[in-house]
Amino acid sequence: MMNCQQATRLFSDAQERPLSLKEKSSLGVHAMMCAGCRHFGHQMGTLREISQIYTKGLNTTNQN
Amino acid sequence: MKNEQSQTTDNAKTDLTDPVFLKELRIQMLKFAVMQIRDESLAEDAVQEALIGALKNSGSFGRRSALKTWVFAILKNKIKDILRKTNRLAEVSEQLPDHADEDNLMLFGTNGRWHVDERPVSWSQPLESVKSDHFWRVFETCLSHLPENQARLFMMREFLELSSEEICESLNITTSNLHVMLYRARLRLRECLENNWFSGGEKS
Repeated sequence: MMNCQQATRLFSDAQERPLSLKEKSSLGVHAMMCAGCRHFGHQMGTLREISQIYTKGLNTTNQN
Repeated sequence: MKNEQSQTTDNAKTDLTDPVFLKELRIQMLKFAVMQIRDESLAEDAVQEALIGALKNSGSFGRRSALKTWVFAILKNKIKDILRKTNRLAEVSEQLPDHADEDNLMLFGTNGRWHVDERPVSWSQPLESVKSDHFWRVFETCLSHLPENQARLFMMREFLELSSEEICESLNITTSNLHVMLYRARLRLRECLENNWFSGGEKS
């Protein structure tokens, strides 16, 4: 049974590579029962989106 | 096409010669470049070249945000060139890998489960935050608190969007090593943003 440390590692890895079917399903099962890891998973995507906004120089309010 | 450009549409050339806008833009670009190149004068060069390139080829942009996006894309490429040319990418590798013991940062118990007060909470409307200057100060502060190697790898990956292959090859590290480091960076950054912004910091 996967624990939170392993699940979060996979959520991070998912930003880098496609997960295997086996990884996906055990991660899915874990996330279904663990709200903390579910939030973590969403937030990995958010971190990437935030970084992209930052990288475009859009992190100030003086752009309009 | 030129005729269709209405007076209300900003023109990149006028924007880039507006001293107030240009000054702010330069400061912002320089900050971004210094974070990644870690050499003030090389960073200055990158910013200078990017601005010259931008002026040379400036077209029209509906909004300043479009202009900025474009100027930053040029800057990003200049930063990548400089990192490759000066081999500054390689500087990271000397201290790799980090010690495994800091891996979980005390976030998890020995059973690998979240400590109750470390468990991630839901972030409400995270993409609204990007409209706040305060949020970006928190973001930069959190980035600056990452261990150096983690910060650099995170920025190479997420800001410069270098491929895993290129990062691993130039740093001579394995893919799994890179992934561990990115994982640690994300763990810390996420936690820092949550503690200082998404749970409570927002209102202050």
